[in-house]
Amino acid sequence: METLEQIKNRAELAARGAKIDIVVNPGPSGQSSLLLDNEHAVGVATFLRDHPALGFDFCSNVTGVDWLDRVVKKTIKVKQIVDGVEKEVDQTTEEKIPGYLESVYHLFSMKLKHGPLVIRMRAPNRNDAHLPSLTPVWRSAELQEREIFDLYGIHFDGHPDLRRILMWDEFKDHPMRKDYVPPDDFEWEPTPHDEVLARAKQHYPPRPQLDGAEKITSHSDVATPNK
Amino acid sequence: MSEGQIDEGLRAELQRQGVWVTSMQELYNWGRKNSIWPLQFGLACCAIEMIATAASRYDIARFGGEVFRPSPRQADLMIVAGTVTKKMAPQIVRLYNQMPDPKYVISMGACAISGGPFKQGYNVLKGIDRYIPVDVYIPGCPPRPEALLHAFMELQRKIDSQKLSGENKADFLKKEQPSEFPVPEFGEHDLNPPANKDVYQPPKLERV
Repeated sequence: METLEQIKNRAELAARGAKIDIVVNPGPSGQSSLLLDNEHAVGVATFLRDHPALGFDFCSNVTGVDWLDRVVKKTIKVKQIVDGVEKEVDQTTEEKIPGYLESVYHLFSMKLKHGPLVIRMRAPNRNDAHLPSLTPVWRSAELQEREIFDLYGIHFDGHPDLRRILMWDEFKDHPMRKDYVPPDDFEWEPTPHDEVLARAKQHYPPRPQLDGAEKITSHSDVATPNK
Repeated sequence: MSEGQIDEGLRAELQRQGVWVTSMQELYNWGRKNSIWPLQFGLACCAIEMIATAASRYDIARFGGEVFRPSPRQADLMIVAGTVTKKMAPQIVRLYNQMPDPKYVISMGACAISGGPFKQGYNVLKGIDRYIPVDVYIPGCPPRPEALLHAFMELQRKIDSQKLSGENKADFLKKEQPSEFPVPEFGEHDLNPPANKDVYQPPKLERV
C-alpha cells in the first residue's frame, strides 16, 4: 500500500478542492488516518474505491467517537533572562480544543489485498451534527451508519434509510455520547461500590438520629403474586 | 374426592394391597407437572444452556418438559433465558399475556433476574420480574443445565403443592387474580412505566 502522504496527494489531485489532513496516531499501532473535509468526502471516497492502484473496495468497519471540549496543557521550556542571568523556565500554555463528533471508517482492498486505510470525518456541532453518508460508496456502511446515528446522533446526509437501529424509535437520547444522562433509577444494591454506591445512596431513606455503625438492610413486604 | 379426606396411613396400606386411592387434585397436578411445555424462545447465551438442557445429554424429556412450543397459546412455561433488553421487554410481556393459564415463569441467569452485569446500562431491563411474576429464579452466568433442571424440579414441586379448591387454592383459579399484565410502552428515555408496581416493589430499606 502507498503511504498516507501519497494517498493524500493523489486524492487531493483527483478531487478538486478537497482538503485532506493526516491525523497522526502516536500510539504503538501507529495507525494514522486521513481526515476528510465533509464537502468533498464522497468524491474522495469514490476515488479511493475506484482508483486502480488503491482499490479500497471494502469498508469493514464504521464507528463513532465523541470528543468533548478539552483543554490541552503544554509545558515548554523557554529561555528567559531572570535577574540578568539566562535561565530555562517552564512555560505552560493552555490550548482549548472544541469538541466534535467523529465518524471513522476502516477500509481494505480485497482486490489488491492491502489495508487498512482509516478515514475520518468530523462534525463540530453536536446539537445538529451532519456528515455526508458514505453508504452510496460502500454499501456495508449502511447499518453501521444507522448505529452511529442511533447512539451518537450524527445525521448522515444521503443515507438511504436513516432510522434508529438498536434503540426504539421513540427514544430521544444518544446513549454513547459522553454527556448522556441515564434515567436515575438506582435502588438498593446488595454489594454496591464506586459510582453505583454514590448514586444509590441518594435514594436511601434519611438517616435516623444515632451514632455509630449503621447497617442498611433490605426487606420486601410485597410478596410477588404466586401462581 | 378432595385432599385430606383419606388418611395417609390408610392410603399407604391400601397401596400395598394393590388399591390405588387418589384425589382429583393429585391426579390433576401429577398430570400437569409431568407435561410442562416450555415456550420456545431464547434471548442470549443462557438460551444455549437451555438448548443443551433440552438435548440428549441433559435431557429435559426425563421430566416431561421436552415439548418446546413455538406458540405461546400452547405453552405452560416461559423460560426467560438471557438478557432482556428494554426493546425486547414489551414483547416478552405480550408473549406472557398470550399464554393460557396456568402459566409459570422461570427467570434464568443473572441478566433475567436482575440485569446482571448490564444492570444500570441504558438498554437492559433490570430483571423481568418488574413486569411479570416469576416462579423460580436461577442465578448464574449462564447457569449450567443442571441448574435449569433443578429449577424445573422446583417448579414441579410447586405445581404438586398447588390446591384446587378452598381458601388456599392456586392463584390461577382465583378470578380476582390477573393473568395478564400491562405491556410497557416505549418512552422517550426509558420504558414507561419502568416497573409494574403491582408486580414489583423495590426492596425497602431500613437503617438500623
